[in-house]
Amino acid sequence: MTEKEYDKIPGTIVFDADKSREGYHLNQFCISLRLQKNRDAFNKNEEAYLDAYPMSKEQREAVLKREWNLLLELGGNIYYTSKLAANDGINFQNLAGRMTGMGVDSYREMMLKGGRSIEGNRDKSEWGED
Amino acid sequence: MAKIMAGVGCSHVPAIGVAMDTGITHEEYWRPVFEGFKKSREWMKKQNPDVIFLVYNDHCTAFDARCIPTFALGCGAEFQPADEGWGPRPVPTVKNHQKMASHIAQSLVLHEFDITIMNEMEVDHGLTVPLSVMFGDIKRNDEWPALVIPLCVNVVQYPAPTGNRCYNLGKAIRRAIESYEEDLNVIIFGTGGMSHQLQYKRAGLINSDWDKRFLDLMTMDPVGASQITHLEYLRETGSEGIEMVMWLIMRGALNENVTEVHRHYHVPASNTAVGHIILENNA
Repeated sequence: MTEKEYDKIPGTIVFDADKSREGYHLNQFCISLRLQKNRDAFNKNEEAYLDAYPMSKEQREAVLKREWNLLLELGGNIYYTSKLAANDGINFQNLAGRMTGMGVDSYREMMLKGGRSIEGNRDKSEWGED
Repeated sequence: MAKIMAGVGCSHVPAIGVAMDTGITHEEYWRPVFEGFKKSREWMKKQNPDVIFLVYNDHCTAFDARCIPTFALGCGAEFQPADEGWGPRPVPTVKNHQKMASHIAQSLVLHEFDITIMNEMEVDHGLTVPLSVMFGDIKRNDEWPALVIPLCVNVVQYPAPTGNRCYNLGKAIRRAIESYEEDLNVIIFGTGGMSHQLQYKRAGLINSDWDKRFLDLMTMDPVGASQITHLEYLRETGSEGIEMVMWLIMRGALNENVTEVHRHYHVPASNTAVGHIILENNA
């Protein structure tokens, strides 16, 4: 695949048409949890509820195991996956604490001190990645 | 004739709405965020707008992945605050100036901005949080002090419309509003931003220097701001910082020369840099 201009940004998944196509059923599952009646059905029987959404086996596993970063890698978008998190009582900031691997407290502390600096965070080479 | 008096740029962080709805705005964490809107609320009272044209983005509430319009104009009579997964915000139903919205829709299409017309639409925090921060606490059984015409912009699936397109759409919106026959005071809001990344391993990115330059450009060099590329937004301001293209719609609807009457910048509100500016059209 041709490299995209934003592929060099580290620690970032741009939700573009390719991701949107890949994640369609996963995202539609997540957004269904916006409504209480659907949350109730999902929480009663996760496997049965997921049967209605023809997502890939990997995506389904990632949902069941709440692998937040993998969900994004497989086409999930944060505004959708955050509905699954909210169902579990995890807000945006706590979800970020998990996705960054920092943990909730150090993440919150970093934000209080002005957030993650742009310095050293512009290009994958700065993260030792290709 | 209707006239655009001023523009407001403002973040729409959901946690700001939660802080107001749960009455914790006086707490140490939130006080500095809300301090910066004190003057704005006084200013809003003085302006007493009839209509707010509010540019915002929906967060997969009215539009999930089934349908992703780049620009959608609210033309229905009213819009209910949506349940985003934790119950609807306890704020009033948003009422439209329906006749003016239809006039704008028609004018935009005839000037080659082919927007989507929404006659049924729920509105999420993207729209209600800016109203709350600018008007203060308005309870569910009260009424918003102004009518609201919502314009919803896709910034969730890449690519968002370019800054240049947004700036030019702002000009077309102004032409539409100012060709409406009724004498109405209109204020346009551009919302979202500023720097923030909500997702993946770089979450928490904040770029205050960049944000402050963007605020400077809003006042002094909007054409320069309209040329900022998507790559720059994504890299320098985080994957969700690209919401700032919506401020350019607001800015395009103002004179080239404006007076900056207020500015506020604070980090953090949850994961986000809060930015706010008020620009008045010079008479």
